[in-house]
Order: sequence, then structure tokens, then C-alpha cells
Amino acid sequence: MQRINFGRKYLQLNGPLKMRLDVRNATITAIFLAVIVAISVFALMVGSLKLSIDEVFSALFGQTSGFKRTIVVNWRLPRVIVAIIFGAGLAVSGSIFQSITKNPLGSPDVIGFSSGSYTGVLFVLLVLGSNSFSSVAIGSLIGGFATALIIYLLAFQGGTHGFRLIIVGIAMSTILGSINSMLLLQSKTEVALSAAAWGVGSLNGIDWEHGLPAVFLVIVFLLLAVVMNRPLREMELGEDTAKSHGVRINRTQGLLIIIAVSLTASATAVMGPVTFVALAAPQIALRFTKTTGSFAPTAVIGSFLLLGADVLAQRIIPGTILPVGVVTLSIGGLYLVWLLFRQARTAS
Amino acid sequence: MTITKVNVRNQVISKPNARLLAESITIQYDHRVISKNLSIEIPEGSFTVIIGPNACGKSTLLRALSNLLKPSEGQVLLDGKNIHSYKSKEVAKKLGLLPQSSTAPEGITVANLVAHGRYPHQNLIRQWTEADELAVINAMELTNTLELSNRFVDELSGGQRQRVWVAMVLAQQTPLLLLDEPTTYLDIAHQIELLELFKDLNEQGNTLIAVLHDLNQAARYATHLIAMKNGKVIAQGKPCEIVTEQLIEEVYGLKCMVIEDPVTHTPLIVPLGRAGINEN
Repeated sequence: MQRINFGRKYLQLNGPLKMRLDVRNATITAIFLAVIVAISVFALMVGSLKLSIDEVFSALFGQTSGFKRTIVVNWRLPRVIVAIIFGAGLAVSGSIFQSITKNPLGSPDVIGFSSGSYTGVLFVLLVLGSNSFSSVAIGSLIGGFATALIIYLLAFQGGTHGFRLIIVGIAMSTILGSINSMLLLQSKTEVALSAAAWGVGSLNGIDWEHGLPAVFLVIVFLLLAVVMNRPLREMELGEDTAKSHGVRINRTQGLLIIIAVSLTASATAVMGPVTFVALAAPQIALRFTKTTGSFAPTAVIGSFLLLGADVLAQRIIPGTILPVGVVTLSIGGLYLVWLLFRQARTAS
Repeated sequence: MTITKVNVRNQVISKPNARLLAESITIQYDHRVISKNLSIEIPEGSFTVIIGPNACGKSTLLRALSNLLKPSEGQVLLDGKNIHSYKSKEVAKKLGLLPQSSTAPEGITVANLVAHGRYPHQNLIRQWTEADELAVINAMELTNTLELSNRFVDELSGGQRQRVWVAMVLAQQTPLLLLDEPTTYLDIAHQIELLELFKDLNEQGNTLIAVLHDLNQAARYATHLIAMKNGKVIAQGKPCEIVTEQLIEEVYGLKCMVIEDPVTHTPLIVPLGRAGINEN
């Protein structure tokens, strides 16, 4: 029995995990999970060879072998799984940054981490001349972290200042963008073309071998994010209050930034910079759940957005498979303009 | 004979022993020294009020006492141990703080905000228990916010909102409560209501330390008053013993009359202003 009227419905769990389960958050998470399963099945069915639902399921659960199983399990499934996990990772990364900066614009794609990852990749591809998967991944991670470190040093002087972080981040993003163009312009055309393609962000040609390590990394960092969620929510009450509740501000903030950058950088290392998901998923989740406080709705909405955008990218122009980054960039650009307008209006 | 001995011993024990004290601390922001070599004891069971002009270092002292700011020299002792040597959650179980400014997350309801006060008592697998529920109900009853529990914090009036923040600190269930200008931005009725609540909490055995701006409220509600100027303690003790015209002039540079409050018989400060000086 609930003796306190919280204004929301909770389900008290008294098992080994004692907590209040937010019924609205749980419902929204469940609905999006169902939608994700439906899109996933659709994504496994369609393609140059169309399969029926029965064929997809029997391929998945091992009753069919041969060519159809190869198509479903080795070609289409990795793309779906990668989209779901990366979408969740990007969304949670965005949620962490928006919470730290207390601003819906504070998202890794806006404040330059994705550009930094791209710079790292371009450096590996064009300057070092290596194109092995692991060196590209490492380049992306180092680029992302180096950018985060520079922005942190420039923006965090004696405390958190959300808006300063965003301004410095947008400036860094622009600077890195010019560096990226310069690197591309000074290279041979063929190499520059493949490097530029990476810069759009795409899940084309993803397979288990290239996807799994990053999927594993993203899952690990998602679990760490869940562990750090409670101190993060305390920090939303202001630094003094959080500290007086026993949160160690600097340690918590440092760990959260490492987790958020790692989530973005791991996904970016594999598919290139994909915008919009990290920016929009936490805000969409906020509209649906009417509260911050849980990563679960944000994560499933991120999965939904990336998976949905990828399916759309494959189907929108018949016969052509667009990179998913093009789709998210188009939607995201409009969303960003709307967000900037709304912020400017509330500011004035 | 034995009775006398016990009495003597009791006297020794009942000497205002402090759970919270500062030992010759120097507090500074970057290189600007706010207080140097400051020592202070918060008498156990007191409602201690710190007063002083703007920028005298009273809020800074409160920040040092609540472990928000680490003194560059000296130490703050909590129950005989350097406050900095505790685990941060252990401090939070002994000492609650109502800071000058806090922010309520978007769309949070009153009961959910008050529930945040339980954070130091919770962990990853024990996020909400019976004890948390009881503490939250109790805190909301004390602050008269139970009927607001399902409202959004953003839509409350200033007075209601401040009571909710106080409820959050009470839900923390700490024997020591530090309040940084808790009555600022409230109208006079809400100020008195809040101060009466603090008085009740003090009478129930809690030790309260507050920074207040209003001298008359400080003199009325404090059981122990600390007057500060330029980072130094000028006087401390019971308000009726230390509040004099000389002290107020020394601390604030304000000429005034000190008369007896007709209601509580505590000192009442009446500023002279230009009118008073001309008359004299």
C-alpha cells in the first residue's frame, strides 16, 4: 500500500532489490520495447531477398540452415542488434551530458565529441595511413577523449558551468570541423572518399566481427551508467545539496563524463558520427515520462530512433541504401533549429 | 555526600560540549582569505544563529562547518573527528544542510523531492524501504507539506517551496541541521512560521545552526548567538547577554537602541537612523 501520494504511481519492490518502480516509466519502456521487437522482425524480413515471418523465426531459432539462415543471422541480425545497442548508448550518453550541463543542447554530438572522434579517425586513415578496424576504433576513442579533456579543461574552472561547456563545445566542434576538412582536402582522392564516407555515419556492411566488441563495450558502460544514475540525479538538485547528501561531486562528475564519452566513442568508432539520437532521445523520453530520473525510457527511445532511422535509410529510396547518418542528420538539423529557437525565446 | 559528587560530575558533563566545532581554521577562496585562525564551538542542543554584515564570512563559515569547503588550515571536528576524514555519506547521516540555492529537477513532485533527503541512507540495492517512507511522511507532517505531496514543485509559492526544501533536509534525519539564510525571499508571515518550526525542532533535541539576516529574529529565536565581522567572531553567547547598542554599532556600524521585546522579552534592536541622531 502506498501511504504517500507522490503524484505518480509506484510499485514497491521488496525483493533483494528494494525500490519503487515508476509505473509510467516502466509502461513506456515496455511499449517501446515491443515496437523495437516489431521493427526488428520487419528489418530481418525485408531486403533484396524478402523473407516471411516464419522464415525469419525458423532461421533465428536454428530450424533452417543454409543461405536464408546466413542472411538473417549473419547479415541482417548484427545490423539490428548494433542499431539497438548503439541507439541506447548514444541516448544515455546524451542524457548524462544534458543532466550535467542542465541544458537540452548539452549533447555529445553538439559539443564536439563526435567531431573529435572523427578527427581521430581521419588522423589514423589519412596521416598514419592505416585502415585496420582496430586502429580506426582506437583513433576514434582517443579523438573523443582528447576532445572531452580539452573541453573539460577550458570549461570547468572551479565548478560546473553548463552553458560555458556548451559554448566551448560548439566552438571546439567548429574548429574540429575545419581541421577535418583540411585533413580531407590534403589527401589523395580515393583515401579521402572512403574517409569522408565514414564521416557520415553508417551501419552499412556491419557484421558480428566488427560490431560485437563495441556492442559489448557499450553494454558494459550502460551498466556503469545505471550504477551512477542515483548520484547523477542528486546532482540535479544543485552541487551544494548533492554534496550535503554525501555525493562526491568531482569523482561523480568525472566518472559520468568518462562513461558518457566512452558510450559515444565506442559507437562512433564502428559506425561513424551519428547525430540526433543523443540530442533528442532524452528530450523525447522527458515528454513521455514527464520526469527525469531513469535511463530506461531514454535508452529504449534511443534504440527506437537509431533502428527506425536505419530501416528508413535502407528503404526510403528504392534500390539505394542511404547511410543512417544522413537520415538522422536531416531530422536532427530541423530539431536543433527548433530547440535553439525555443531556447532563445525563453531566454528573452 | 554521594549526591554532591554526582552533582559535581554532572556539572562537568553538562558544560556545553560540542559535537561540531572549528579549530583555528583558515578559510579562503582561491587566494582571498575570508577567515583566519577562527575557532568556534556549536553548543550541543542549541539553536545557534550567526549574524553579521554582508560579506563578513558567515555563510563561508557555515560552508566550512558543513564540509562544503575545506579549510586551508585547522580543522572542523564532528563528534571528535576531523569532518574531512569521514566517508561523505557518514557526514550526511549526521549533518543536514539547507543551502542558499537549490534547483528542483523538471517535473518533480513534492514527495519525490522530499524523498531525495533519504539518499545518504540508501544504496544501489536498497533504494526505497519502509524506513524511507516513514521518514518522508514524518518530515512532511512537521513542515505541513503533506497535503502538497503530489503537487509539482515548480507550481508552488515561495513559502511553500521553502517548506518543501526544509522537509527534504528533515527527511535526512540528522541530529545537526545547518541552514543558510533559510528565510530569504519569504514574506514576514512565512518567515515567522519557518522560524517557529526551527524552534520546535530545536526543542525536540536537534542542534540547529542558521545564518540569518534579521537581527530581531536572530535575537528572538537563537539560544546561542554568534556575531561576526571581517571573518572574526566579535561576540558569542545568549542573545540577552551579548546584544547591546555597543555590539551592534561595532559589528554593523549602526547606531541603535536596544529595548526589550514586549512579547518574548528578548533584545529588540531599533535603528536610530538620521531621525534618532538629530533628536539626540
